[in-house]
Amino acid sequence: MLEENEVRTLLEKVLGFSKATQTEVLFFGTDRSLTRFANSYIHQNVAETNTAVSVRAVLGNRIGVASTNKIDDDSLRDVVNRAVAIASVQPENPEFKSLPGPQPITLVNGYSAGTAAFGPEERANGVKIIVDRAVAKGYESAGAFETAVQQVVVANSLGVFANHIGTEAELHAVVMADAGGSGYAQRVSMDVGAFDFEALATEAVEKAAKSRNPIEAPIGEYRVVLDSYAVGEMLQYLAFMGLSAQAVQEERSFMNGHFGEKIAAESVTIYDDAFDPEGLPMGFDFEGAPKHRLALIDQGVAHAVPYDSFTANREGKENTGHALPSPNTFGPYPANLMMAAGAASREDLFKGIERGVYVTRFHYCNVVHPVRTLFTGMTRDGTFLIEHGELTRPLKNFRFTQSILETLTAAEAISKQRIQVRDYTTVVAPALRSGKFNFTGLTQ
Amino acid sequence: MQDLANTALNIALQLGASYADVRVMERTVESISVKNGRVEALSSSVDSGFNVRVIVNGAWGFASSARMDLKEAQKIADQAVGIAKASALVGGKLPRLSPLPPQRGSYVTSIKRDPFSVPLEEKVGLLLKADETMRSVKGVNIATGNMEFGRERKLFASSEGSLIEQTLYDSGAAIVAEAVGDGEIQQRSYPNSFGRQAGTAGYEFVEAMNLPEHGQRIGEEAVKLLTAKQCPSGTMTIILDGPQTALQVHESCGHPIELDRVMGMEAGFVGKSFLTIDKLGANFRYGSDAVSIVADATTPGGLGTFGWDDEGVPAQRTDIVKNGVFSGYLMSRDTAPELGLSSNGCVRADGWNRLPMIRMTNVSLLPGTWKLEDLIANTDEGLYLCTNRSWSIDDRRLNFQFGTEIGWEIKNGKLGAMLKNCTYTGITPQFWGSCDAVCDDWVVWGTPNCGKGEPMQVMRTGHGAASARFRNVQVGVGNWGQ
Repeated sequence: MLEENEVRTLLEKVLGFSKATQTEVLFFGTDRSLTRFANSYIHQNVAETNTAVSVRAVLGNRIGVASTNKIDDDSLRDVVNRAVAIASVQPENPEFKSLPGPQPITLVNGYSAGTAAFGPEERANGVKIIVDRAVAKGYESAGAFETAVQQVVVANSLGVFANHIGTEAELHAVVMADAGGSGYAQRVSMDVGAFDFEALATEAVEKAAKSRNPIEAPIGEYRVVLDSYAVGEMLQYLAFMGLSAQAVQEERSFMNGHFGEKIAAESVTIYDDAFDPEGLPMGFDFEGAPKHRLALIDQGVAHAVPYDSFTANREGKENTGHALPSPNTFGPYPANLMMAAGAASREDLFKGIERGVYVTRFHYCNVVHPVRTLFTGMTRDGTFLIEHGELTRPLKNFRFTQSILETLTAAEAISKQRIQVRDYTTVVAPALRSGKFNFTGLTQ
Repeated sequence: MQDLANTALNIALQLGASYADVRVMERTVESISVKNGRVEALSSSVDSGFNVRVIVNGAWGFASSARMDLKEAQKIADQAVGIAKASALVGGKLPRLSPLPPQRGSYVTSIKRDPFSVPLEEKVGLLLKADETMRSVKGVNIATGNMEFGRERKLFASSEGSLIEQTLYDSGAAIVAEAVGDGEIQQRSYPNSFGRQAGTAGYEFVEAMNLPEHGQRIGEEAVKLLTAKQCPSGTMTIILDGPQTALQVHESCGHPIELDRVMGMEAGFVGKSFLTIDKLGANFRYGSDAVSIVADATTPGGLGTFGWDDEGVPAQRTDIVKNGVFSGYLMSRDTAPELGLSSNGCVRADGWNRLPMIRMTNVSLLPGTWKLEDLIANTDEGLYLCTNRSWSIDDRRLNFQFGTEIGWEIKNGKLGAMLKNCTYTGITPQFWGSCDAVCDDWVVWGTPNCGKGEPMQVMRTGHGAASARFRNVQVGVGNWGQ
């Protein structure tokens, strides 16, 4: 990681190399380590140190982007020249107005010294707790434990300068018992000190033990309790399908035509908050614009979508600070996605369900139809039958094909407790009881 | 480069490594996206660095850095050894490597026109021309086109005496027309969806696609899909086109034959495989007699084609399924010995900062003799399904569900009404067991975005495939409100 004065000097040097109308330079510094285990031993243990510089050159309203992972003067001159050359050969884009100018940024702490200093022996010791707990029961375990420090710095020729150093720790484990039993646990935090390895091991091992000898249940529509892992992944796919100004402007979002209307149960509030320490805080986006807390679905009502500078300028709206790194064909994205907690205890979630299904997590989801918010995937690592308000039998995994908004509209109870989960993105999610979930297939 | 590699190898051996290898890699990528008549993104990236992989005390260690000097080579070799020692704390099996004589040589992808020498204006112009043809169709809301070109230079050196230099080129492109209606969105892609059609080739590969000639057709199809019939539900005969067959091979054959997955190395992430080692050499029936599949890293132009893999094993061809019978895996030097075999050269890393792992090369369904029109004429009733729209498969690669962009009814041997929102689902060996015909319209399709491993690695794989017919398949999955 570079000190602020060092990185400022570096980025100013890059800006000085550019003769473009406007120039933006984005710096990434990465120290990332990952310990991977399977068959109850560590089979991959890797470390990466990297820097990357990406330059966005603007000539009038033509844009070129180039990047390098070298920071010597020759490489930096070359990356600027490539960005300018790319911009110069393309047609005008009249919809592009300007890079964002400087705005006050709220400082936020996303850094943990403990995570930054965490070494391979400490990761191995954490893994060993899980492996040993599984082995003691005669089970296998597999998973990964990652710790990372990431520096993101944005500067542009209009005067933007924003520097963030954040940390992230993620640990997940699948514990596999005999007779088809399987359990899962995951923890994500900026502070690895928050991880309770024993509790994580207990969660995965106990679920593996309870899910042995699963029975086959008929496919069809069930009331469900979706644990936080499943809810987090579902919300991630909802965001992919249309929680972006670009999707709305292109009229391909499920939000189109429904702003101000109820699209989920009143208990459902989904928002983006880059300042909540339960998530991975960062005060600005990848254009150096300040992030704003944004209610996306507010008490069931379609409320707003995130903007970056391009989509905000196109519509004359406020930039909410949700840009992804350029070049970005996806558009703005709610990278700090959260769902508001409810009032239910874990026991409350199961109350009143005569016959339903509890899902620990989903596996290999994919979008089937984005406007209908239809997605498919499998259940995995602990699927159980709920009878008379209690978990009674483990079930073989189902395939589902289900509308996310339909499930959120049928939400009946939301847990008090939330956890941060990570699939492609991180989401802070509670567990959820819903009256509607369509299981469409079974596996062997 | 060689000095850096030699320094790292020497340090690793001095610090106690029983085996060490070094990869120095540089990947250059140029990417162009256009949307609705404008350039949406145009970028050029260069990413380079090196890594050191070691075995110490019977455990693997790996470290990498973007800084390439001799001092850093010493530091990274030292770090890799330290990480291996930490790995050894949790015990496990001692890695055994299948034998490999020292490899020395070089390989360069055969290209006719270097994509990095083609003027940007020409490339952007071709995409914008195709974009215009899509938008000439009334009702097309979003027209997009993209091209991506890669050049990967890599040096491999090992403590066993191998020294290999390779330069691999890849080129690809695609266009997509989207139409939006009342609560409906439909798309058509050419030549393929989800990224692009790609191969290890030069710009001539993109020129041969004739993108502008197909823009109007896919635009019209996207618009017609908005009001097309909903795909029916039931059990019926389906014919898949080549691109969809290719993805079916990728997901339901390519991934389950990765021996590291079979051995549980991916169990903590995307899962294991139903093709357990007891099925090899046991006459296990993967599919019907019509189904023969090979893994071939020497297929000309395939996106998974190279000279040597990233462990220095020469590119080669392996039978995977012979006339329906399961025959082989994709293997690495440290997994093959578990079966008493040697690596068949299937290990790659997606960059200097990633650990090499078993990846598909070109996993291809061998062509049959049917003409597509004859196969349709030979089908009394069914669906003809084209171009992937969504995919999902379970954690043992058994239960899958795919969606396609478009379908047509087949009635009395003729194509009938267009169908939208087509889906089909099945269980892998039953599905391939129901394959009774493979056509001769064989093309090597590129999958430029295959994800595997933690940290995630995105690899380029190839799949020769042709249109193929399957019987008794469940279609029209889910509640579509009709």
